[in-house]
Amino acid sequence: MSRRQLDRAANPLGSGPGASDDTGCPILHVDMDAFFASVEERENPALRGKPVIVGGAGPRGVVSSASYAARAFGVHSAMPMSRARRLCPHAVIVSPGHGRYSKVSAAVMEILRSVTPEVEPLSLDEAFLDVSGALRRLGRPAEIAAEIRRRVSDEQQLTCSVGVAPSKFTAKLASTHAKPDGLLVVPAARVTDFLHPLPVGALWGVGDRAEESLRRLGLRTIGDVAHYPRDTLVRELGEALGTRLAELAWGRDAREVTAATPDRSIGAEHTFDTDVRDPDAIRRTLLRLAEKTAARLRAADRLGRTITVKLRRGDFSTITRSRTLPEHTDTARDIHTTACALYEGAGLWGTPLRLVGVRVENLASGQATSHQLALDEPDAGWREAERAMDRAARRFGPGTIRPAALFDRESEEEGG
Amino acid sequence: MKFRVDRDSLAEAVAWTARTLPVRPPVPVLAGMLLEAGDRLKLSSFDYEVSAQVSVDIDVDEPGSALVSGRLLAEITRSLPAQPVDIETDGSKVTVSCGTAKFTLLTLPVEDYPTLPEMPELTGSVGSDAFAAAVGQVAIAAGRDDTLPVLTGVRIEIENDTVTLASTDRYRLAVRELQWKPERPDISAVALIPAKTLADTAKSLTAGAEVAIALAAAGGAGEGMIGFEGGGRRTTTRLLDGDFPKYRSLLPSEFNAQAEIQTAPFVDAVKRVALVAERNTPLRLAFSQGQVVLEAGTGDEAQAVEVLEAALDGDYIQIAFNHTFLLDGLGAIGSDTARLQFTSSTKPAILTGKPADDSGTSDYRYLLMPVRLNG
Repeated sequence: MSRRQLDRAANPLGSGPGASDDTGCPILHVDMDAFFASVEERENPALRGKPVIVGGAGPRGVVSSASYAARAFGVHSAMPMSRARRLCPHAVIVSPGHGRYSKVSAAVMEILRSVTPEVEPLSLDEAFLDVSGALRRLGRPAEIAAEIRRRVSDEQQLTCSVGVAPSKFTAKLASTHAKPDGLLVVPAARVTDFLHPLPVGALWGVGDRAEESLRRLGLRTIGDVAHYPRDTLVRELGEALGTRLAELAWGRDAREVTAATPDRSIGAEHTFDTDVRDPDAIRRTLLRLAEKTAARLRAADRLGRTITVKLRRGDFSTITRSRTLPEHTDTARDIHTTACALYEGAGLWGTPLRLVGVRVENLASGQATSHQLALDEPDAGWREAERAMDRAARRFGPGTIRPAALFDRESEEEGG
Repeated sequence: MKFRVDRDSLAEAVAWTARTLPVRPPVPVLAGMLLEAGDRLKLSSFDYEVSAQVSVDIDVDEPGSALVSGRLLAEITRSLPAQPVDIETDGSKVTVSCGTAKFTLLTLPVEDYPTLPEMPELTGSVGSDAFAAAVGQVAIAAGRDDTLPVLTGVRIEIENDTVTLASTDRYRLAVRELQWKPERPDISAVALIPAKTLADTAKSLTAGAEVAIALAAAGGAGEGMIGFEGGGRRTTTRLLDGDFPKYRSLLPSEFNAQAEIQTAPFVDAVKRVALVAERNTPLRLAFSQGQVVLEAGTGDEAQAVEVLEAALDGDYIQIAFNHTFLLDGLGAIGSDTARLQFTSSTKPAILTGKPADDSGTSDYRYLLMPVRLNG
């Protein structure tokens, strides 16, 4: 919502780096342009310039990324694929190749980290940087931003947009404004000039519901929010959100750039093509998600103690249930057993489900965890078996070895 | 019913009998303690699993019986002054008089009280202190997880003049052998007794010199029941069903290393180092020539390290244990010198006291499964 509104909103500052004063603007927001679609275009030159949509092709597929040629038809990410197809019938639809994107993302993050260690990735295709510590070495923030854009273009043949501002909130809005392939500096003195004309939906933390509340108060722009009595805002929206919006509306955002912290949780979800009520099918999907989650945990040398399942009914109402185990685990067997017990205890037996998810939290590194051996435990257990599966997958490709329960059915259930 | 009884022997007997009163009685009469006055006073309690019965000397005026709230009677007798106690029935009430104090208690219907299980046939006897000590050594390793009932028990195996007690929670296994005096020389029997009940029972029977053990033969009277009797107290316990793990094959007989450490400093050091080991984080031991290094905690947390003298015979070894399990074992070996025997860092280790005679074997073995470090 916010991005579309922003795209339409006029840029009150004009663009171009040299013109703006970047003193006191140490925060950079780097955002790759139409990342997945651009990677696909780069890999397959035949796609270049065509409307490219990356996303699930199934009946419930969702657009992950759309090239600017496709966006011209009104296609945007998070849109149902069926709608995107209607808007742009001649678009080339590519199913996502996450391995490719991770690789490119890692290379881009590497460029960012060569500027400063203070890099906070938000997702594969965007990150905040705090360049305060790099100014003496590399020059002014706007120069650093331009250099990042040049290097990403040279080394990855991809474009990105960069916002330069005093705070994360403003920097992110600035990069959105600069898109595609642009750079926008919002000088400290002109933050409010920049923010106040923007619609309230651009405020961080304002979703559909909060936007509705703000509209009821007659607040349409960030400027309206800035000049509205804070007490009333707090009364309408609650202490936390009300106070935060009042601060953000004046460009005050105390959040610091925190360099990448290890994952707090690892998990996987699957949306069924049509709602599924058969408990056996749901348990099989939980098994596949557990396998995927466990493999990711092992690849990251993490083990978790809290297992959470997410169950979404056909009407989108969602429940989550979690359980903390006595020991950390990275085996699909433990995760699946717990996930099934949680599913069975959730009271949704036989209820048609649209989506199921498995997540492992409370993570620790392998070095910090241990396993109490039991007398009746075989020398080589599930952990060893699953590690052997990992090795086979590295050598012969994913899915070389998988649980027998998943063998025949894999083709009809696509990864989530 | 009317009798006079010594205050201390009454208080002691009532307190012992009250241990078996159910906390939440399934039927109201089970909250009662049965008083039966004949030549002696017999006190009984029962919770369908465990029965307890004790007799006390009295001066009886009028024989009879009554059922009163056991909990209340226990509290009253505990706080009575040091004077003879007179107890008599008065219609549907019971009065307890002692010195200047007088209590009137309501009674429960005696005819509704269940018949206590019969004591199985006597199988033999053992010194009460030795028995309590042996049970204590073994019961620590019993499981507390009611979903695995078999592991909450102590296995008793009787073979001629040897009694073997064993229990395990899958992570450790404690085995103790002791000699006893069987009634018949060729006796052979097995039973699985709830560990907590057995430990409480053994401890509470140390007043007499000996404990008689009564175990029913298969198909005989009192099957599924074990009885203990000592110092005028007798108690029966229902046995647990199920197959206890075949534990003898789990006890390793060959080792690659053996270490001996002074028990008391070892216990102190384990407790100190374990201060930084959160629940579930292991204590790491590295044995090399002449010493053991104890460590706990990892890079992200508080850490502790301590070095102790240890006599090592065999390969250097690094091994990790749950510190609580290790301390349980060290507290149970009953020896100044602890002996640990190892095969490898992922195989069971055996903890014993160092036998007085170097070639001898210990009658108590505590098997400890290591903790495997994932890193």
